[in-house]
Amino acid sequence: MRSTSPAFKANARAALADAQLQRALSEVAPGLAARRSAARAGLPEFEALRERGRAIKDHTLAHLDLYLEEFERKATEAGSRVHFAPTAEDARQIIAAICREAGARIVTKGKSMISEEVGLNAHLEGAGLEVVETDLGEYLIQIRGETPSHIIAPAIHLTQDQVEADFRRLHKGLRKDRVLIEPTQLVAEARQILRDKFLSADVGITGANFLIAETGSSVIVTNEGNGDLTQSLPRVHIVLASIEKMVPTLEDADTLIRLLARSATGQEISTYTTFSTGPRRAGDPDGPEACHVVILDNGRSELLGTAFREVLRCIRCGACMNHCPVYTAIGGHAYGWVYPGPIGSVLTPALIGVHSAAHLPNASTFCGRCEEVCPMKIPLPGLMRHWREEEFSAGDTPLLYRLGLKAWASIARRPRVYHALVRTLMPVLGALGRRTGAFRHLPLARGWTKHRDLAAPQGRTFQALWADHKAGVPR
Amino acid sequence: MGGSAGRPRVGLFVTCLVDLFRPSVGFAAVKLLRDAGCDVDVPVGQTCCGQPAYNSGDKATAEDLARQTIAALEGYDYVVAPSGSCAGMLKVHYPVLLADDPAWKARAAAFSAKVHELISFLVDVRGLDKVDARLDARATYHDSCSGLRELGVREQPRQLLRTVKGLELVEMGDAEVCCGFGGTFSVKYPDISNAIVERKAERIAATGAGMLLAGDLGCLMNMAGKLSRQGRKIAVRHVAEVLAGELSDPAICERP
Amino acid sequence: MTEAERRREAVIARIRLGLGTYDSAARRSAVARRIATPEAPLVPERARRPADERRRQLRTFLEGQSATFLEVERAGDVPAAIARFLRSSNLPLRVRVGDDSYLRSLAWQAEPALERLSGPARGDDEVGLSHATAAVAETGTLVMASGPDNPVTLNFLPETHIVVVEEKVLVGGYEGAWERIRARFGRRAMPRTVNFVSGPSRTADIGGQLVMGAHGPRRLCVILVRD
Repeated sequence: MRSTSPAFKANARAALADAQLQRALSEVAPGLAARRSAARAGLPEFEALRERGRAIKDHTLAHLDLYLEEFERKATEAGSRVHFAPTAEDARQIIAAICREAGARIVTKGKSMISEEVGLNAHLEGAGLEVVETDLGEYLIQIRGETPSHIIAPAIHLTQDQVEADFRRLHKGLRKDRVLIEPTQLVAEARQILRDKFLSADVGITGANFLIAETGSSVIVTNEGNGDLTQSLPRVHIVLASIEKMVPTLEDADTLIRLLARSATGQEISTYTTFSTGPRRAGDPDGPEACHVVILDNGRSELLGTAFREVLRCIRCGACMNHCPVYTAIGGHAYGWVYPGPIGSVLTPALIGVHSAAHLPNASTFCGRCEEVCPMKIPLPGLMRHWREEEFSAGDTPLLYRLGLKAWASIARRPRVYHALVRTLMPVLGALGRRTGAFRHLPLARGWTKHRDLAAPQGRTFQALWADHKAGVPR
Repeated sequence: MGGSAGRPRVGLFVTCLVDLFRPSVGFAAVKLLRDAGCDVDVPVGQTCCGQPAYNSGDKATAEDLARQTIAALEGYDYVVAPSGSCAGMLKVHYPVLLADDPAWKARAAAFSAKVHELISFLVDVRGLDKVDARLDARATYHDSCSGLRELGVREQPRQLLRTVKGLELVEMGDAEVCCGFGGTFSVKYPDISNAIVERKAERIAATGAGMLLAGDLGCLMNMAGKLSRQGRKIAVRHVAEVLAGELSDPAICERP
Repeated sequence: MTEAERRREAVIARIRLGLGTYDSAARRSAVARRIATPEAPLVPERARRPADERRRQLRTFLEGQSATFLEVERAGDVPAAIARFLRSSNLPLRVRVGDDSYLRSLAWQAEPALERLSGPARGDDEVGLSHATAAVAETGTLVMASGPDNPVTLNFLPETHIVVVEEKVLVGGYEGAWERIRARFGRRAMPRTVNFVSGPSRTADIGGQLVMGAHGPRRLCVILVRD
């Protein structure tokens, strides 16, 4: 997927002015935070589980090569074909080849952020395939030609009215007199359309929340059941997962499952959690005839030896963005690529380069809520700061800003100069602002005064007054 | 070690914002510390904690300022700052910054152990459980992010505020949600910062409070600036000012 | 080297490079050890309750997710409970069911009007009937293992899904479910799918409003057999 992250500021401005988007964000986002809080309160072991989850992933990452080999062995034993994809292009080619060999015409898809990352849909469509997203949120944006704006609620930015308008515009068989006011009616319409696709698909592609080395299984979680229909009905099932989805055992998956839904939506568990191992067995009356697992690297292995390794613990719950003041103000599209919010701010520079993605780690107040709610204890603000450090060392920080910082730094390093300077400057500023108490405009401070008044300084600095105080001069 | 007659010696890290914009907060802090039985000094070798540089990726400058700050203040029994974000920088991030410097690693760790945010110092270390202040007002309190998440400052200011005679404390919705300041963020991404502070202003106004308090001057200037621009008549002060009864100066952005 | 082999080598090699490590006996045995003896997970207290509690938990969670929860004393009561449920839901007395021996052995003659179709679900089936291999009290979760006895499509295609669960397989936590799966299929072996089902299908993707019956079943009826 092409990135528009360099246009972050313009994207954000557009998002802030988008009344439809703002309404959608204000209706959905606060609820997700509240529900997670309630779910956490309902499970006393939650914090201890976070620590366990972190340990499981850290151990797995430290032995990732061996767990991948073990997974491959067991998955192959169960009848799957395992393919490794070093790059996005490899993944596209491998999957297109599988579809070609299967003589596929229709492909259904469960939700997969990885498939967004590698631009799978466009590639398969270019090869003449009909690709149908079956996760309702993904379907809603697919028919609009949009990309997901949230990693678990991809259509969070759409209002009900927009959905109705889209259905009327695009569902050819939809009669004009059909009532589509209630969400139930809209869902029923989507269910009807997609059921046909489920039943006629030749290939079903799903992502994976986890890959389990012990058994060679892949795990998906949904509330809709679309992932299951995607992987059970067609002749061919393809699992597309990235390398860091690996966990060692079923028990390890239990720990992560206890954290995932609670962090994502506040549910105790997703309605459907499915463990799949290979194609249909002898005697199975249903299930795919062939199962392929495509394991993608696409730059993740390079993170393993760096400080950014910790971001590979992510289990894609979306809690970070649900709690982020920046994400909840601008939505996901402003981030310009596949992964939005705090996780996107750390992962995007890693996968497409800090030069293209520079705004993302910078557009954070470091409030720390993301790290606080991350079930895998990823130190997201710290990792964003690392990106800022890389940017600074590379000389990529905007020039004006760099110069301002340099000026401030050179003065701050010299207390005597600093104090002499501010001792002179602040009383002047203070006098200018004394009548009103605040500045509505101030040269060099437009970034501030554009939206806020700037408090006038009281006048003399604390150090100046303190020196007087010590000398016995009354205040 | 130890000041006059067993009184602990506190080195006050006054913070650049207080020094430059609102010294009354510094004096309020001094009063509170003295009333809590401490001797207070404010060494001149301090300027800025280095957070603007640190958060901009300029580690070299941040390290220099860290060494400077430690050198100026490590000789005291305690180092106290009227700011959760500056105290957090000194306590949590200095040891990380200087971890690879063999000459400074131990000094930074020892220094960190002495650092406290002002209100949590008064309550958790000095055992203060009430103040002798009065203010007839309805106030709401904003939890600044660093103080809350890095240093666990949440109950302590509320505890003390509840002992201020005449003060009614009301909680705002989303008190723990960021105000949108984020230091340089507020000027680098002003439109997003504005969207966040507008939301915060709504929460503040919804309490019906006539006063907003917090423990960080950056947050306070951000919120006061927004409330003022919106023409809302809500007095904004640092919590230390109210606890010390230092209310003679106009509130932040208040027309005198 | 084939293209596939080249790609595989590339990924594994890059991982080893990133980790600054290599294939070693010590690392292999660490991995083998961990898989052979899964690390004891942290089992929450709510997953370790006695039998009476577990039954209550299963009911509370499933009803909280808008499933119908019925209890019968004996296996012999099941066909009647199914018929009652279908009648009260205005559904035809016809279910699609797999080759499950427990379900086959039920006293169907007590409900002669109730028709059973066999095999995997078809697009026009209205009701599917499954037999759970386990149920988990900690979150009200049913565990179905795919196979000729319980085709996986029965869990998803029909709009109504009825699941029969014996109380003796109602365990406290997910760990208990894996014990039963391992007892049935062997260590490190799995059926094609193990489905954890915790309610009827739902979505909140339209305006954040919860709607039942997204793609999977709109109705879930769980029948717990006490004996």
